Amino acid sequence: MSENNSKAEEKTEEIAEEKVEEKEQEKQKEEKVIPYLEDVPFFGFQKLIVLKNKGIDPELIDEYIAQDGYQAAAKALLEMTQEEIIAEMKTSGLRGRGGAGFPTGLKWEFANKSEGDIKYVLCNADEGDPGAFMDRSVLEADPHAILEGMIIAAKAVGAHQGYIYCRAEYPLAIKRLNIAISQATEYGLLGNDIFGSGFDFHLEIYQGAGAFVCGEETALMHSIEGKRGMPRPRPPFPAHQGLWKKPTVLNNVETYANVPQIILNGGKWYAGIGTETSKGTKVFALTGTVKNIGLVEVPMGTTLRTIIFDIGGGVPKKKKFKAVQLGGPSGGCISEAFIDTPVDYESIAKVGAIMGSGGMIVMDNQTCMVDMARFFMDFVQDESCGKCTPCREGTRRMLQILEKITRGEGESGDIETLEELSEVIKDAALCGLGQTGPNPVLSTLQYFRDEYEAHIFEKRCPAKRCPALLEFEVDEEKCIKCGICFKQCPTEAITWEKKQPAHIDKEKCIKCMTCITNCPSDAIF
Amino acid sequence: MARLTAEDLIKLKEKVKNENALSKDGYTVKITVHLGTCGIAAGGDVVYEALKEEIEESKRDDIKVVISGCAGMCSSEPNVTIGRIGEDAVIYRDLDAEKMRKIFQGHVLGGEILNDYAMARIKEPV
Repeated sequence: MSENNSKAEEKTEEIAEEKVEEKEQEKQKEEKVIPYLEDVPFFGFQKLIVLKNKGIDPELIDEYIAQDGYQAAAKALLEMTQEEIIAEMKTSGLRGRGGAGFPTGLKWEFANKSEGDIKYVLCNADEGDPGAFMDRSVLEADPHAILEGMIIAAKAVGAHQGYIYCRAEYPLAIKRLNIAISQATEYGLLGNDIFGSGFDFHLEIYQGAGAFVCGEETALMHSIEGKRGMPRPRPPFPAHQGLWKKPTVLNNVETYANVPQIILNGGKWYAGIGTETSKGTKVFALTGTVKNIGLVEVPMGTTLRTIIFDIGGGVPKKKKFKAVQLGGPSGGCISEAFIDTPVDYESIAKVGAIMGSGGMIVMDNQTCMVDMARFFMDFVQDESCGKCTPCREGTRRMLQILEKITRGEGESGDIETLEELSEVIKDAALCGLGQTGPNPVLSTLQYFRDEYEAHIFEKRCPAKRCPALLEFEVDEEKCIKCGICFKQCPTEAITWEKKQPAHIDKEKCIKCMTCITNCPSDAIF
Repeated sequence: MARLTAEDLIKLKEKVKNENALSKDGYTVKITVHLGTCGIAAGGDVVYEALKEEIEESKRDDIKVVISGCAGMCSSEPNVTIGRIGEDAVIYRDLDAEKMRKIFQGHVLGGEILNDYAMARIKEPV
């Protein structure tokens, strides 16, 4: 074989190799079209503890067992003393995920030390904040984790009976919980002498009828007792006198879902996640005007910006981010200036909101903050049980003032009255519902006082959301003559021809806001 | 089923894990339909029905269908995850009955991932 030939052969080989490489690259390119789950920002930025089993079949206990299920319960029942469990919980730094953030280990310790032959363990699954769906998703996706968390809590405090208080509006969650309870009972994981440890624990579901106030612990217990769901003053706290005046531990769904992981991996492991004062992860129900709506579990200390813009994908369709509401009707809004706030109990409280149970509603520049505050006050007013005067009467007066302002009838002094009422209700209301009810008003006043003032003094709604303050006229200079409003008007009140500005017939207009919402040039006022 | 001891628990875990490995239980495809309330509200139950019909028509008995809770991104629902033996699983988004049928024919039976409907790949073997 001549030199030339061999060179030529080498060359062909090289070319062939290059071609193969190219093909592989092409193939890789094609494959890269679909990213791996961890490379999708929505999933990649998350850290899953509570939601780690979201892909398993929730109606098969074996599937949960295959994910190390009930091993924490076995460890707690067979190898650990009550004190050891409580110590582990305290080491973990886990704080109540219902919103108040009380240290779980400490709560269990109080109930443990409280004297009494009969004690109870309760799970608060009465999720009621508008826009919140964390607990429902956990119950539907991984019901056994809640059962296991409750078994461990029962051992820690010495309780033999538990109730899950779940609202009847969550039929699928209740169905899956019932299946989980019957399967666990069949395996002897609930009932008498669990794992042959001599420890008994029985669990039942109590269906709530949907009153928001029943998420408050004392009202919840009254409801289980068959009484009207109304709160009572504390003390005595439930750890001393709870359900049927017996020492009781009440924790939120998400709190219990964390417990098996803590017992299995150790409190130190859990305390290694999160911030100085807030350990572990938090599940948020991300919703509102954000591209990716869904459940987000992130380590404590993640910034709101990461959650909303990286995970949530930001505000869609060229709209502008305005504020985010945390903690539903008990919480507050956070404006863009504080979007780099890390989520932990203290940092969130510092900027005027609360961690809450995890509802996170993103709002864009088309949201009127006065109207938003009115919406939440309407909710609180509607859900106020009426037992205490500050909440019953105070929230009604606040709602009336807010309605007046959005109708364009606001007067000088209204803002001050709202502030004064807020302070009195916060101080004097009987339970958390009233004590936190004015928060949305206070936080919108803190960040968006100018919008209140525009409504009251200029009779103008800057976000163009309050129909009473809008003219429903077309600014012919701004109008780009596109005809979108004309096509979408449900009452044919708009006339438009190609290359001509639109015109609104006020006689026919029903002020439905469709044209204003959809106008691409913001020309209707 | 009898009452479990702590040892039974570990044995059962290993047993289920083994059985779930596709090669060992005789199945070659595992399809997970994500049916939380959010998935059902978005039409997940219709997708599930369509899938069951397709499987029946295909007369394949090596396809396992399971349900689960919400996959996380509620705005992308209905979601379905398809794992073929020895391949990355693919999670599909925004499905309806028609898309489900196309995916069944294309990916489950044909082995071709339908990029238009796919959201992400999952590395772990199902």
